[in-house]
Amino acid sequence: MRSLDDLAYKAKDKKAAIGPDINLDSYSLEPATHADVKNLNTIPKRDRERMTLAGLDASEKERAGTYIQRDATAVHSGSNVDGLEIIPIKKALKEMEWIKDYYWKLASVDTDKYTARVRLDLQDGYVIRVLPGKKVTLPAQACFYLEKEGFNQNVHNIIIAEEESELHVISGCASASHVTRGLHAGVSEFYVKKNAKLSFTMIHHWAEDVVVRPRSVGIVEKGGLFLSNYISMKPVKSVQSYPTIYLVGKGAVARSYSLLVGSPGSELDVGGRIYLQAKDTRAEIVSRAITNGGNIISRGDIIGEVPGVKGHLECHGLILNGGIMHAIPELSGKVDGVELSHEAAVGKIAQEEILYLMSRGLTEEEATATIVRGFLSVDIPGLPASLKAEIDRAVELSQKDVM
Amino acid sequence: MLLIEDLQVKLGNKKILKHVDLEIQPGETQILFGPNGSGKTSLLMTIMGYPQYKVTGGRILFNGEDITYMRVDERARLGIGMSYQRPPSIQGLKTRRMVQVCANGHADVDTLAESMNFTEFLERDINVGFSGGEIKRSELLQLMAQDADLTLFDEPESGVDLENISLIGNTINTLLQRVNGTQHDETTKRIAKERSKMGLIITHTGFILDYVTADKGLVLYDGMVAGRGNPVEIFKQIKKVGYKECARCAA
Repeated sequence: MRSLDDLAYKAKDKKAAIGPDINLDSYSLEPATHADVKNLNTIPKRDRERMTLAGLDASEKERAGTYIQRDATAVHSGSNVDGLEIIPIKKALKEMEWIKDYYWKLASVDTDKYTARVRLDLQDGYVIRVLPGKKVTLPAQACFYLEKEGFNQNVHNIIIAEEESELHVISGCASASHVTRGLHAGVSEFYVKKNAKLSFTMIHHWAEDVVVRPRSVGIVEKGGLFLSNYISMKPVKSVQSYPTIYLVGKGAVARSYSLLVGSPGSELDVGGRIYLQAKDTRAEIVSRAITNGGNIISRGDIIGEVPGVKGHLECHGLILNGGIMHAIPELSGKVDGVELSHEAAVGKIAQEEILYLMSRGLTEEEATATIVRGFLSVDIPGLPASLKAEIDRAVELSQKDVM
Repeated sequence: MLLIEDLQVKLGNKKILKHVDLEIQPGETQILFGPNGSGKTSLLMTIMGYPQYKVTGGRILFNGEDITYMRVDERARLGIGMSYQRPPSIQGLKTRRMVQVCANGHADVDTLAESMNFTEFLERDINVGFSGGEIKRSELLQLMAQDADLTLFDEPESGVDLENISLIGNTINTLLQRVNGTQHDETTKRIAKERSKMGLIITHTGFILDYVTADKGLVLYDGMVAGRGNPVEIFKQIKKVGYKECARCAA
C-alpha cells in the first residue's frame, strides 16, 4: 500500500489525458460535520428533494438498500435484503480482509491528479456487493451530496457482483440548492463475475459551477453482463469521464448508454471504452447528446483483441440552440474476425420533422419538445422498471432546460 | 368549403403553381391527376401551409376564413389534415405518441389501431423502417385520430400491396364519409346527404378509383389546371392518350 501512496504522490499534479485542467488547490478539503442519518425521512426536505432528483427514493419502497454521503461523511449505509452488502469503504478497509483484493486493483492511482487525490485524500465511498447466486432485482441506491460551498469531494466506490448473482445500482450525485461551486472526484471499480448481471445507472444533478471527474474501470468475467448508464441533463461546469470496461471471459457483454444535455457554459466530455478480450464477447456503446449552448464531446472506443467478437457504437448528437457537438467514435480491431461498427450523426432537428408534427396540430414549440423527448428516450434492455422510470423522469425534467 | 382563387406559388426561385382555381364543397371529394412535376404535391403542401411554398398571388379560403398565410398548426387545428407520401422518420418518437397527438384526447388509440390492423406498430418509432404500405396505414391511422374536415391524400395507394389496398380504400371512404361505389340503397343516399367531409386525392396509378367514388377530377399540367371532369373518364383518357394529349384536349 505504501508504494501506491508514493505513486499517487508523484502523480498529484499530473494533468488528465483529456478535458480542461482543474486547479485542485482552489477547492476546500476542510469537511463539514454531518451526523448519522438513521431514518431517511429525517433528512431536511429541501435536501431530500435535491437527492430525489438524482434518483434517491427516501421511502426505500423500491430499493434494496441505501448509501448516502454528505460532503465527506457517510451518513447512512445499509441493506434491506439478504445477500446484499452496502458498507462505507473506510469501514470496509478497516474491517474486511477481502477488500484488498479489489481496492485499486482495476483503477491506477497515478492515472492523473484526480485518482491521486482520491488515493491521498480519501473521504469515503461505498462498497456494494451481492453474494454468489443472489439475485437482487430491486436497485440499491447511493447518493453523493455536496453541501459545502467550494468543497472537494473525493470518493472511492467498489461494486462487486459475485458469480451467478444479479445486482442493480442507482448512484446519484447532487448538490444542495445553495451550492454553486465544487469539485467531485470519484474512483469506481466494478467486478462482474462469472454469469453475473450488473446494471449501474448514474444520474448527475449538479450545479452550474461544479466540476466532476469520475474515474471508472470495470471487469466482466465469463458469461457476465454489465450495463452502465450515465445521465447528465442538468447544468454543470465540466464533466470529464471515460470509463473503461474489460471483457475478459467468454461471452461477456457490456452495454453503455449515455444521455447528455449540455446547457450554456457546460462542458461535457463523456465517453466509454470497452476492450473485447475473450471469445464471443459483445459491446455496445450508445450515446444521445443534446446541446442547447453547451460544449459536448461524445467519445466511444471499442477495441477487439480476439477473433469472434462484436461491437457497435452509436453517437447521436442534436444541436438545439447553438453550442458545439463533437462526436469521436473509435474502433480498433487487432486480429482477423472482429466485427465492429459505428454510426455517428450530428445535426439539428430537421424542419421537416417539426412541420410533420405541426400538421398534426402541435405548435412549433410543442413539436420540438416532442421530438427532443423522443430523441432522449432510448430503450435500455435489462433495466428494471423502477430505474427506467427514474430515467424517464430525468428526461421529463430536462425539458425545461432544453427548450 | 375550400376555395382557391388564382393561386400562384414559388418554391425557391421556381414558379411551380401558375394559376390554380379550385373549389371543394362540403361533402365533396376530388381526384387530382397530373404527370410528375406538374405541381400536385406542391398544391397539397401549399394548402397544408408548408412555409417553403411561397404564395406569390391569389388566396386560399377555408370555411370562409382566409388561410393563405396561416401557420401549418393553425390550419391543422381548423380541420385540415394530410396523408403524406414520404413522411419523415423520427427516432424515439413512438407511433402511439404520434396518434395520441393527432387524437388530441378525442379518440382511443388502441381501438383505432386495431381497426387499421396496426396495433403491433404502436410501440415502434414512427416511420422508422416502415415499408411503403406500412407508412400509408400509419398515415391513415393518424388521420382517423385527427378526424379533419378536409383531408389531403398524396398518393395513398403507392407502395401498398394488394392485400391492403382495400383496407386503404375503405379507410379513405370512412374518413370522407363515403360508401363503396358498388352499394346503392337508401343508406347511401342518406349518408351522401349528410356528408360534410372534404377530400383531395392525388393518384398516380388510379387504383384508388376502384374503391373511392370521387365527385370530380382535375388534371394539373405545368402548374395549371388543364382540365376538369368525371374522374373515371379523365383517368380513361390519360391511360389512352397520356397526360400531354389529355391536357391539350381538355384545354
